[in-house]
Formats: sequence, C-alpha cells, structure tokens
Amino acid sequence: MSRGFGADIVVAGAGPAGIAAAVRARECGRSVLVLDDNPSAGGQIWRGEQSHGQGSFWLRRFAGCAAKLITSARIVDGDAQRRRLILETQDEAFALEYGKLILAIGARELFLPFPGWTTPNVMGIGGLQALVKSGLRISGKRIVVAGTGPLMLAAADYFRRHNAVVPVIAEQAGWIRLARFLLHLAKHPGKLCQAAVLRFGLRRSRYLASCWVEAANGNEKLESVRLRQDARVWDEDCDYLATGYGFKPNSELAELMNCRICNTGVDVDAFQRTSQEDIYAAGECTGIGGAELAIVEGETAGYAAAGRNDLAEKLFRKRSKARQFAAALERAFAPREELRRLPSAGTIVCRCEDVVWERLESMKSWRSAKLHTRCGMGPCQGRICGPILEFLLGLEPDSVRPPVFPARLESLVAANEIKEGICQ
Amino acid sequence: MARAALNESSFDIAVVGAGIVGAACAREFADAGLRTALIEPGVVGGGATAAGMGHIAVMDDSEAQFALTRYSQILWKQLAERLPADGEYVRCGALWVAADEAEMAEVHRKQRYYSERGVPVEILDSHSLAQAESNLRPGMAGALLLPDDAVAYPPCVAKFLVNEALELGAKLIQGRRVAAIGGGTATLDDGTKISSLNFVLANGIAAPVLMEGLPIQPRKGHLVITDRYPGFVQHQMIELGYLRSAHASDIDSVAFNVQPRPSGQLLIGSSRQYGSNDSGVDAQIIGAMLKRAFEYMPGLRALSAIRSWTGFRAATPDKLPLIGPCPGREDVYLATGHEGLGITTSLGTARVLADLVLKRECAIETTPYAPERTSHPLADARGSVQIGGARGSVQTMRSI
Amino acid sequence: MTECGAEEIVELRINGTGVRVRAGTSVAAAVLLSGEPVFRRSVSGEGRGPLCGMGICFECRVTIDDLEHCRSCQILCRDGMEVRTA
Repeated sequence: MSRGFGADIVVAGAGPAGIAAAVRARECGRSVLVLDDNPSAGGQIWRGEQSHGQGSFWLRRFAGCAAKLITSARIVDGDAQRRRLILETQDEAFALEYGKLILAIGARELFLPFPGWTTPNVMGIGGLQALVKSGLRISGKRIVVAGTGPLMLAAADYFRRHNAVVPVIAEQAGWIRLARFLLHLAKHPGKLCQAAVLRFGLRRSRYLASCWVEAANGNEKLESVRLRQDARVWDEDCDYLATGYGFKPNSELAELMNCRICNTGVDVDAFQRTSQEDIYAAGECTGIGGAELAIVEGETAGYAAAGRNDLAEKLFRKRSKARQFAAALERAFAPREELRRLPSAGTIVCRCEDVVWERLESMKSWRSAKLHTRCGMGPCQGRICGPILEFLLGLEPDSVRPPVFPARLESLVAANEIKEGICQ
Repeated sequence: MARAALNESSFDIAVVGAGIVGAACAREFADAGLRTALIEPGVVGGGATAAGMGHIAVMDDSEAQFALTRYSQILWKQLAERLPADGEYVRCGALWVAADEAEMAEVHRKQRYYSERGVPVEILDSHSLAQAESNLRPGMAGALLLPDDAVAYPPCVAKFLVNEALELGAKLIQGRRVAAIGGGTATLDDGTKISSLNFVLANGIAAPVLMEGLPIQPRKGHLVITDRYPGFVQHQMIELGYLRSAHASDIDSVAFNVQPRPSGQLLIGSSRQYGSNDSGVDAQIIGAMLKRAFEYMPGLRALSAIRSWTGFRAATPDKLPLIGPCPGREDVYLATGHEGLGITTSLGTARVLADLVLKRECAIETTPYAPERTSHPLADARGSVQIGGARGSVQTMRSI
Repeated sequence: MTECGAEEIVELRINGTGVRVRAGTSVAAAVLLSGEPVFRRSVSGEGRGPLCGMGICFECRVTIDDLEHCRSCQILCRDGMEVRTA
C-alpha cells in the first residue's frame, strides 16, 4: 500500500473532549479525523443521548462540522516518531499518519473488590448504563447503585427513567464530605440545580452516606447485596448492582507513545500539549474532572493543535473554574480506608486470571505480583486489577507494551501499511 | 580458595543475580552446605528469565551444547517431580518442522545424531505431522519429534528454587544491585558491603559491568502472547531455519517458533538482533516475526494477541555459556552467556558450577564452558566458527 | 428503517435460539435480553458477565460466528449472527 495522510489533526476518542476538539479544529479550517472504538460517537456519557442537553448540542455541532469519523476502530499501537497510529476495525487493520494527534481517550471506572463482586449482573455504574443505552431493558428491575460520586445520581436517575426501581443509592463518602461538596456546588448554581432535580426525581430511593456494599450474593446470577452503613448491616434484594468507586484515566496509549504521565493522568501544559511533540491530550485522560472540564480542555486542544493559541488562551479562565470543580470532586469522593478491608482471602482480585487476594496481599511490587501470580497477565492487561492493587497496596503499575488493547495478530503486521487518503 | 577472616556477614559464596541461573546455583550451593548469599536488585526471575520462552530443549549445535542441554533436560525431569503447579512444567515435546526436502534431510541427520546419543526421537512424515498439528499449513515435508522436550514458566521456577535455597539456609538480599566486586567484598549500590569467599556472576548481560572485558553481548528478542486457544497447538514448534537465525551474528533475523502454554495461550517468537539495548518493542520486527509465523500457521492471523515484549539474551562469541572460574580472578566464577538456552541449561549450569567450586566429579565434561577459553583468540561475533568440534558452517540468513 | 418508519429489527441466534432485537442493540444487551447472565467461564470455572460496558474488562467475551474472545459490549447485532456463550 502506498503512503498517505490521515488528516492534519487526528483525534483519538469521540467523547466530550474529542468532539469539542474536533469542532474547534474544524472551525479553524483544519482537516480532522476522529476515531472511536465504540459503534457510535458520544463517549461513555453522551453515547445514545436522546434529550436536549449539553450532549446533544455538541453532538449536533460535531455532526455538522465535517470532521471525518471512524467508529468501531481501536487504536492498537502508536509511533510518536513516525507520527503513526495502528488501527484495527472489525474487518481490517491499517496505519494512518497524523500531523497532530489529540488524545481524548477518556477514563474507566475504578472497581474495588468485595466477596461476590464477580457474580454476573454486578456491573459498573457506567457499565450498566452503557448496556441499557445499547438495548438492555430494565423495566421493573431492582437496581442497587453503590460506590461514590455524582455519577451515581445521574445513573440512578437514568435507570429510573427507564422504569427500573432503585431502592438504594449507597455513597461511601460521609455526610460531612458531602456537605462540603454541596457548599462548593453552591458556587455553580447550574450544577446545584441539576443535583436538586436529580435528587427530587429519585425521592423514592434511599440515598445513604457512609454506606457501601460488603458482599454480593447469588449463584451465577446476582440475587441480593449486603450493605453496611456504620454498624448497620442488611441485605437488599436486587437484579443488578451498579457499582464503581470513581475513575482512572486511560493513559496507556499516551504512555506507549512516550508521553509523560503524572499523578493525575497524561501530563499536559497550558495548551494541552503532552511531552511528546505534536501530541495533545484533553479530557478525563489528563485527570478526572467531569464533562464540563473535558469539553473546555478539548476546545483548548482543538484550537492549539490548529495553531490558534490565541483562541485557546481565551478558554483558560473557564478551564480554571472547571478545574476547581474537579478538585472538589476528588476531595469529596476519594474512597475511604474501610474499603481496603473489603476483600476476603478468597476474593478474586485479578478477574482475567482468577488471582485471589491472599496470594497478592504480601506482594511488594506490581512486577512481582504479575510474574509470580499471573495477576495482570490477562487480556485487560491490568486495567481492572492494576488500580485495585494501587488502592489496596500502593503498588505502581508496570510498563505498557503493545498492543495497547488485544488485537488480531494480523493487525500487528499492519504497522507498515499506510491507509491512503482517508481525509481529503 | 583464599580464606578471609570470618565475621557475621561472611558467606562462602555470593551469587549475583536471582534469575533462573542464579537461583539454581544458589540452591546447589546451599544444598552442599555452603553459606550462600543471593543478591538481586529487582524481582526474582524478573530479567531475561521472565522474557524468554521457557522451552526446555535439547540442541545439537555442538557436542558441548548437546551435553549441557541433555544433562539439563534430565535434571528438569527430576525437578518437575517436586515443582509446584505454578512452575507449569509440561512435557509436550518439540517438533522441528521441515518445510521442504532439503530441510527433511536435516531432520534425518538430527534423528541419527540424537538416536546415537540415546535421546528419544521420532521422524514424522507429512501426513503424521498434519495429524499431530492440524493448524500447520498443508504441504510441510515432515518434522523431527523430540518427546522429552518440555515447557515451563521460568519466573515461578526461579522463585521455587530461591525458596528451596532459603530453606537450605541461603540468604536473599533483594532490592539492591552489586556495584563492584573486589578483595572478597561485593559493594552494593547503597554502600553495603557483602563479604564472601567466592562470588558467582549470574547476572546475564549485566555481567560485563562487574567484570570488564567479558565477551558478552546483548541479543534482543521479541515475543507475542495470545489469548486462550486451548488445543490450537500441541507441541513446541520450531522451524529448522531457527538454527540459522541463532547462528547469525550481525543480521536482524526472525524464525518461526510457537509454544502452547498450559493456559491455552500461544507464545510466538522468535527474533534476534545485535547491537540494540533499547527495550522498546520494534513494530517492524514483530511484523516480520508474525509474517513468518503465518507462513507456517495461517490460522494464527485471526487470533487475539494480548501483549508483546522484549528481552536480552546474553550471547558469547562461540555460543557456549561461560561456566567456571573467571580468568585472572581467584574468587569470581561465571555462570552467564547462555544466549537462548538459559532456561534449559540453568540446572546443568548450576550442577557444573557447583562441581567445579566444590571440586567434585562432574557428570559432563566442563572444559568447553571454561571462561578461560575466551582469553584465546576466538572467532568474534561476526564469524561462525565454533570451538569444540561443532559442525556448523555459515548459513545464509533470511534477512528482513 | 422500513418504509413506514418503524424500527428496524435484527434477527440473530444466541446459543442456537433465535432472538429478535432492535437495530443498534449490542450483542451483550441481546445476550442479557435472551435471559442468559453468564457470558463466559473464568479460569477457575466461575460464570461471568459484563462489568465495564466499554471494552476494557473482557468479561463480556463470547464467540461470534466462530470467532472467539469477541467483546460483545462493543459489537452491534447483525442479521444472521451466531452467538455462543460459555
């Protein structure tokens, strides 16, 4: 195959940050190609969005901006020196070149293990929501929502609007933290309103602070969960448990392309530039902060990548404000100490390889855990169990290797075959 | 052996590097009653031991290589009896695959060689090969089957050997690197001094750092592992061209080599490159390696690859390891330079070295591995002449 | 879309049984709708189902048209698909 260019600007990820970046870069006249590994754009939060909110507003702008979109395309490798990405779709694999790359690859939920967490129908909060968005019917089902953060309210409300019953929303943070967070929300009246509306809609659900799931019960299918709030422990029958304890940035592709990673995620400067030339990053992959921050970071990256730093600078103040909200989020909803004691000796920690807690609790490094127990050697390559060991034991994850996601062997041969003229 | 003044921290022998070679050595010394130390900066079995394929192979490159691999293979069988499950030792056998009649002639030659030396061996013709491995592409000429070849998971074997050594009284000093050895003392990177009557360098490509002038070069290799496909491959399978690749000194080369893991995953190799110390995965090498693999097993194309990685083999000019006293150093021994056979020959190396240190009779001839041979003019990395009656001659490489 | 604008239906088979879903339904949703909570067996034999819903956890893997290890949460149902769970 002959050489060709992908686009002036390639955006990895069609969530809020990626969409915003694409729209702004197109406004500046650059050719833009957006890639997403899901069947449609929107990211975890806006995919399948029907209502008239912020999401559909941006999705409409994106649809009208003439950026090229390739869905169901997974990036499996990247070469920063050659400015190249290797992609895999359902049927083929190819390399494409970028002038500038904007990584808007988002984040994933942080799961913490407890007895029974591997039972079918125990899902992430975003996980269950994604399934409902892609056709799962939950009418009449009982869903316990447990974990931490404002996402729980939004998701519970989503479930309620799809006619599920949400008996309990269990928030691990205590009331004092929640109250402080509410005070901060007061600075953002729009958000406060949002929260109040959600809470009212969920008035038939018990919203409990200092509450978490201790165990999930059921044989091959969830039947009930055991909840604890302070000294009180009780069982709640349910069909699904939607549980998640926050988010972890998807920084693996950035790391593979030798971008510096800091303690919040991909390290970026004021113009959303990573440490690697011509690679930008925006949104949750640079640090967890919610949709508003993702949008303004995406816009900043889109302007900057298009050579319009002047326009990017105009967004700095808005971004600062959005970052304050992100910081408040982190303070309020950091998982508490008690959650470290949830797994029992036989609780599976690495789901891909079925490695139980008692084999891991004395490990001194991620590498020794991996090499000596197989933890992290499965297809998820430590994406689920890595953050768990980081939380439970303070272990830092291992180096990233290609493919950044499992890919067909034949796709790994595509590195030298460039796709011609994707974007005219 | 010189005798140093005894004090609390003295050891009889200190092994540098807890890869599978160092771990095996430490175990032998501890078993023999020596006060043994094992010094490892990282994770036990975390270096080349973790990067390689874990194929326990008999090889016929030279009499010396045959002797060491076959001896080791028998020691592995004995070890397997007490190895825990996570060592994953499986005697699945190896198939050296011949693509054409010329390679088949080589198969026959090898069969005679091994037969004469009492190694179980069988020739499979085209039809029986297709039956033995249904995912090989049709039209192969046949193969050599070595039923005693096995596979194992080296990091856990290394850990097991270290644990046995500890139970026998050895001491593991972990998390610190040896910065220098001199005057009966190993100085660690934090300044700690370990006094020992003898030292063993079992630290692979890092050995020349401690002993300048050691003829060891890193030889980079790549591997890819797939998701679980139980039954896709039954035996360790290697193309005969692998041997050309292993011989080649200055060309980047790939050869088809696939291993069925007990998990059902497939481990796919192999590649060799000189002159690189960049541990990054080279997409072009991976591409060439996989293309070669597809020529033998087209069905691999659609399988899911989970991860690729690299490792550095410690290579010597004559392709035999350095086992024995270091020339010019009374108290330092070497157990390194194993190239692609470190996993296999770890056990034999440990026995040979222990026999040399303790002046016991050894089951095999030890002079071919003597480090002092390297102080004589030796064909350098560019040549292909081997010492010790080997039959090899320069073979053309499949360059990429 | 059909001529009268009604929603398009896709027909596929899950473990040999015919299932009808709306176009745009993921294979994972279809499997759950068919009443099967177990997608795969873990290394130690546990039944597992989807967790993350975004192609990261690999718990939703099923065999689609004889291709193993397909992440069903990111694949849309197509007419005539053959899906097999554990």
